[in-house]
Amino acid sequence: MMKSKENMVTVYIMGDAYNVPESSTIITAMEYSGFQLTTGVGCREGFCGACATIYREKGDYKLKGGLACQTVVTDGMTLAQIPFMPAEKPIYDLKELKPDINTIKELFPTIFRCVSCNTCTKACPQDIDVMDYIQALKKGNIAEAADISFDCIRCGLCALRCPAEIVQYNAATLARRLYGSYLAKKSPEVDESIEDIKAGKYDKELEELTKMDRKTLSEKYYARETKLR
Amino acid sequence: MKIPYYPGCTLKSTAKHFENSAIESAKALGIEFVELPKWNCCGVVTPLAEDDIMHHVAPVRNLIRVLEMNKSGAVNDEKRLLTLCSMCFNTLKRSTLRIKEKVDDLDVLNDFMYKEEDYDGSVEVVHFLEILRENGFDEIKKQVKKSLENLKIAPYYGCMLLRPKDIGIDDAERPTIFNDLLTSLSAEPIEWRAKNKCCGSFLTLDNKEIVSRLGYDILTNAQKSGADLIVTSCPLCAFNLDNRQKIIKQKHPEFEEIPVLYFTQLMAIAFDLDKEVMGLDGNYINPVPLLESKGIL
Ligand code: SF4
Ligand code: SF4
Repeated sequence: MMKSKENMVTVYIMGDAYNVPESSTIITAMEYSGFQLTTGVGCREGFCGACATIYREKGDYKLKGGLACQTVVTDGMTLAQIPFMPAEKPIYDLKELKPDINTIKELFPTIFRCVSCNTCTKACPQDIDVMDYIQALKKGNIAEAADISFDCIRCGLCALRCPAEIVQYNAATLARRLYGSYLAKKSPEVDESIEDIKAGKYDKELEELTKMDRKTLSEKYYARETKLR
Repeated sequence: MKIPYYPGCTLKSTAKHFENSAIESAKALGIEFVELPKWNCCGVVTPLAEDDIMHHVAPVRNLIRVLEMNKSGAVNDEKRLLTLCSMCFNTLKRSTLRIKEKVDDLDVLNDFMYKEEDYDGSVEVVHFLEILRENGFDEIKKQVKKSLENLKIAPYYGCMLLRPKDIGIDDAERPTIFNDLLTSLSAEPIEWRAKNKCCGSFLTLDNKEIVSRLGYDILTNAQKSGADLIVTSCPLCAFNLDNRQKIIKQKHPEFEEIPVLYFTQLMAIAFDLDKEVMGLDGNYINPVPLLESKGIL
């Protein structure tokens, strides 16, 4: 159903003007305008980070970044869609690494080029203090970097804007991996469960589940949810 | 005295023993370092190009943090920022001067910062040695519990505390501040030629050859002038003079290793603070045998 003229706004998609409903997100605005998105779009719920993009709003000099599935268009917005972020990614074997500054120096030497401009923090759709986790890594504080970057969805906007060409999210991923492997408090319960799984404690139950029909499975699932609460 | 304190990255990683010994020795003198709640790397080198404003962003951001901190009332020495690492001192202080000389640059920087409050150019960057001098070397004398009498020490100033002249904490050619500190600690500072000779600084990363040559000259000059050990205030100098002795020894098998300590470690020793505070296991060349042979430890 066509919406009435009052509820429409004009946006400029890669330079060309389109009228779209004012409640559109960047993704729905593009689709409304006839673009078919095959990449650079994912969960459409603001979780996966695949649809990170850049835009400008009328009368504002700032180049802004956001998730295209979460950002609502405004009248006069100029936007584009970024299908893929090319980024450097070192290959490493986590088991051979130590959780210290030397590992960071070796795998992410670009971090030491950071000029503390804070552009990455301004670009982050997750409101993460990106500069702060890069600075934490520079000091060798892996636990702090893992903590600050916890909500990162690896959308790539920070790296896209960084004048020092640092790939922040890959460094943050390393920090969290190092933290999880070496620094986090050990939890014996997890180890016990792993042993139980290996010993086949849940095999029978799992096999039963895989053979269950959809209805029974659904009933069981919701019963379980209730039980947990 | 509660003074805003900027540690710098190295003091949080490879020079932890510098930081610990400084904080605790300062406490003994009634000086409390209050670390900035948030700070970033100083940038390590001062940009020399006229049009390079970008590399002043990092120092200025830290100076803004001092203003932010002052509002919290956590410090009472509000207009100064204390540093320990000579490199950080040099970089931060030179940015404060650049802004004073080129006021337009400050506008550009403030405009760029965006959410932070404007920097007003009011913070003075100081080195711990300056605070010690201001506090009075006699105050240090009063805290000495272990005599360092038999210890001959070469005070190594390097470049960053003294040059360029307008930021130097002492006379660039004939500095005395380290000597005064050592005397007040009851040690004997020696006179030597290489006290303000460059250690090779960053060349240590990609030209170990030059750095070990410079290091060899500095270390042997100290030894020929009668020094038992060397003190410094810079983690990079410490690395080049201490850790690089490994390469020097390979090239000059007759070379005898000499310990290199941070001046704050020596303060911790003289003040008889905990072994942990002295952090003597953090130095590459183990100073313990020497200190034991002199009856100090
Ligand atoms: S830290 Fe970078 S990659 Fe992660 S969510 Fe923020 S902008 Fe995206
Ligand atoms: S954008 Fe790059 S250079 Fe600027 S603060 Fe972030 S990591 Fe550092």
